[in-house]
Amino acid sequence: MNALKSFWKNIASLWSLIVGLQVTGKAFCGPQVTVHYPRQTVGPEGLEGFRGHMELVPSVKDPAIPKCISCMMCATSCPSKCLTVVKQKEPKPTEEQLKAMAEAEARGEKVKKLSAPKNPAQFIYDFSLCSFCNTCVENCPVGSIRFTTNVYFATTNKADLQMNLVERLAKQAASGKTVPGEKPKKAAKTETAQSEA
Amino acid sequence: MTRTINPDYIRGDLYTQRFEQGKRENTLILNMGPQHPSTHGVLRVVLEMDGEYIVRAEPVLGYLHRMHEKMAEVKSYVGFMPNMGRVDYLHPLAWNWSYAGAVERLAGIEVPRRAEFLRVIATELNRISSHLLWWGAYLLDLGAFTPIMYAFEDREILMDILQRPTGARLTYSYFRLGGVGADMDERCLRQILDFVPYLRKKLPVYKDLVTDNVILRKRLEGVGDMDVDMCRRYGATGPILRGAGLASDTRLNETYSVYNEIDFDIPSFPETDAMARYMVRIREIEESLKIVEQAVAMIPEGEILIKGAPKPNWKAPAGEAYFATEGARGKVGVWVVSDGGKSPYRIKLRAPGFSNLSLFAEASQGTLLADAVAIMGSIDMVIPEIDR
Amino acid sequence: MNAIPIELIHIVIAIALVAGFVGLNGLVLVWVERKVAGHVQRRPGPYEVGPNGLLQPLADAAKLVGKQLFTPDGSDKLVFWLAPIVSFLPVMPMFLPMPFSPFLTAMEVNVGLVLILAFAGLNILALCLAGWGSNNKYGLLGAGRAVAQGVAYEIPLLLSVLAVCFMTGSLSLTEIVAAQGNWPWQWNWIYQPIAFILYFTCGVAETNRAPFDLPEAESELVAGFHTEYSGMGFGLFFLAEYAEMIVVCGVATALFLGGWKGPGAAGAWWFLLKLYVLLVIMIWFRWTYPRTRFDQLLNLCWKWLLPLSILNLLVTALVIKL
Ligand code: SF4
Ligand code: SF4
Repeated sequence: MNALKSFWKNIASLWSLIVGLQVTGKAFCGPQVTVHYPRQTVGPEGLEGFRGHMELVPSVKDPAIPKCISCMMCATSCPSKCLTVVKQKEPKPTEEQLKAMAEAEARGEKVKKLSAPKNPAQFIYDFSLCSFCNTCVENCPVGSIRFTTNVYFATTNKADLQMNLVERLAKQAASGKTVPGEKPKKAAKTETAQSEA
Repeated sequence: MTRTINPDYIRGDLYTQRFEQGKRENTLILNMGPQHPSTHGVLRVVLEMDGEYIVRAEPVLGYLHRMHEKMAEVKSYVGFMPNMGRVDYLHPLAWNWSYAGAVERLAGIEVPRRAEFLRVIATELNRISSHLLWWGAYLLDLGAFTPIMYAFEDREILMDILQRPTGARLTYSYFRLGGVGADMDERCLRQILDFVPYLRKKLPVYKDLVTDNVILRKRLEGVGDMDVDMCRRYGATGPILRGAGLASDTRLNETYSVYNEIDFDIPSFPETDAMARYMVRIREIEESLKIVEQAVAMIPEGEILIKGAPKPNWKAPAGEAYFATEGARGKVGVWVVSDGGKSPYRIKLRAPGFSNLSLFAEASQGTLLADAVAIMGSIDMVIPEIDR
Repeated sequence: MNAIPIELIHIVIAIALVAGFVGLNGLVLVWVERKVAGHVQRRPGPYEVGPNGLLQPLADAAKLVGKQLFTPDGSDKLVFWLAPIVSFLPVMPMFLPMPFSPFLTAMEVNVGLVLILAFAGLNILALCLAGWGSNNKYGLLGAGRAVAQGVAYEIPLLLSVLAVCFMTGSLSLTEIVAAQGNWPWQWNWIYQPIAFILYFTCGVAETNRAPFDLPEAESELVAGFHTEYSGMGFGLFFLAEYAEMIVVCGVATALFLGGWKGPGAAGAWWFLLKLYVLLVIMIWFRWTYPRTRFDQLLNLCWKWLLPLSILNLLVTALVIKL
């Protein structure tokens, strides 16, 4: 009796094979779910939040110049050490200025030295090291650095992964393609970060 | 033409040589991996085989060792978080959580309530995606090609959902010391709520296609016994332990965060075979859906990160702390020792996969090669996590 | 004196045509297989090369031909390179007695079935040689599996075929088709459903297709007997596998599904239609089921298929005698 039962069970279990065929058959007739890449692309909706490589946010006045104040917060906090910010040198005082300064010194006044422009001379970002952790964005006091949603960045040359973001921004501005930045969201946070810097 | 073959080349590397000692006559030494299709990455198993039967098996680890523990000693507390997204690429949020939890315990940081719920939601979604991928890959091991594509289809939606708050699709570093990195807005929560019934509708289809399939059942039932005693001896946790019939889960047994406010079951199956472990994971997907649904309903308004959350130059108070969470593969533990400096003095990562894999050598003895593949898959290994 | 007998010319032309048919069908089947796989998995499958990816198999073939032929260290060179040829060559004569239509049969042999089955047996030898010659443990295991599986499944296959031969009283495929009617319910699969199912199951196993693809089970044996083959060595095994699928399905069509006959105009196109339906079903199996285990496979054969086929044969004989 038991043998018969198990015999029948074995036969009956073959039904599951037909059920399986039904499932795949239905999928065969159903629509496809993939995106045919070169002909179709994922819309901006699907890219929201995607972290591509970094870019600098242009300042409000000049789209070719980043908001960045070269405070080095991002470079020091980056766990992967992939950011290098080079500050601008103080500009050489012109003849007249030198003269004025010498005069001021002779008068015993406090000499006002020329200060360097705040925006960085160079901002090198190493895409090959970045871990997309968002630390730099969170720690930037002026909101000058952000992720792009560039999913299509691909290269066969390793040197392309070393990006000079200042240059990139200038190029973008020249071609009129800059994306304006938002206001830094958290005013309070910005202040504390600035004082720390 | 006579050819001389270098005798060292024949003798093989250190592992093979050691392994050969004491072998029986008439056995075949087979290197499965490190580039074998079913070892999922770079695990190597040295097998001594008698025909198709396995006499002895020995996993060889370390091909993917990336010294995460050592890296912690030179990084800041905040800067170590991205590493936690890369230890176990399938369930990174559990590692995120273990690390964040350990440091928070060390520094006595209270996490805001909304952040706790966000952590629960994100981690459970991540658990589902991890189980889905395991499901597909396991069936690939067993020779069915299609399920992994279906699994990826569902996973894709999950990744889209998680991409918006976390910014990543695979190696999340979403948690922060004292909260989470970003909020989930209304749209994101609605997407999650839409996903729950979607997957619930899909699961019966998968049951029809795979779980009920007679070929699969015949291959998994009674294969690879791992009973509670064995689990205890090797320190196995997670679905393996629950597949042995012990409903043990860190989420409830050593409850953390808000899990004790959420109503869910710990699935466990007493059969101790590969099928039991399979069923545990499938049921866990359902339970995770339940958790996500409740958590989204219960989520309060409020902060997502405490005020004055640790910055990169933050110094932890001296001391040590341990925090364990339930990952998709078992208990994920992080032990942090601090000497009061900017970076941890020592971090110990307890990877569940490491303990779980040690059961393989014993469980696979005397089985067929095909069974060994089935057992190995049922352990759900993620090699980077095992090697760390 | 006519030095060249007309028969010889006939055979040479037939073999040339068969070679063309096999090659073309191989390409088409690769495309069908990948398309079915794609659609079952809800993706488009090959799409880029040619309209709807139609030229993809050609590109693949060109790639295979262009690859370096690699002979592994310590392998038995002669055996190693003999194997793919032994695997592919017997495929040609198997097509000779295939009754595409009453007028389109390459060679009328009154023991056509025996011819096909005999040459089909050679494939096992090829797999065995391949596994043995390549000096690879995975290859060896695959060869062992191939032999055990091939030998085991040959028996129920033969027995189920015999049942049909008993009914018709002939071993010629053309005659067996001729004995069947025009309508589906006049075909042999109605009279011999068990033999049909048995034959098809064994056919899947004989051609090493999933769920019985144990000799090349890639998650266990990497690629089984053809682990070490590259380029056209692999390509020949591949082509032979598809050709054997066509043979198995072609014989099934002739034996059980009425061959070229069908409602309306009978002809080769009915044969091809039925052939392709069976092939697609075979492909469909592959993309649905997990793989069986080796001992289960043999158990299935010796404990279920063999007794069933013997029983079926006895019942058939009894019914015919009455
Ligand atoms: S995302 Fe992280 S790793 Fe990348 S540049 Fe910013 S701080 Fe560095
Ligand atoms: S933190 Fe912001 S402002 Fe400071 S250097 Fe970096 S990008 Fe510039």
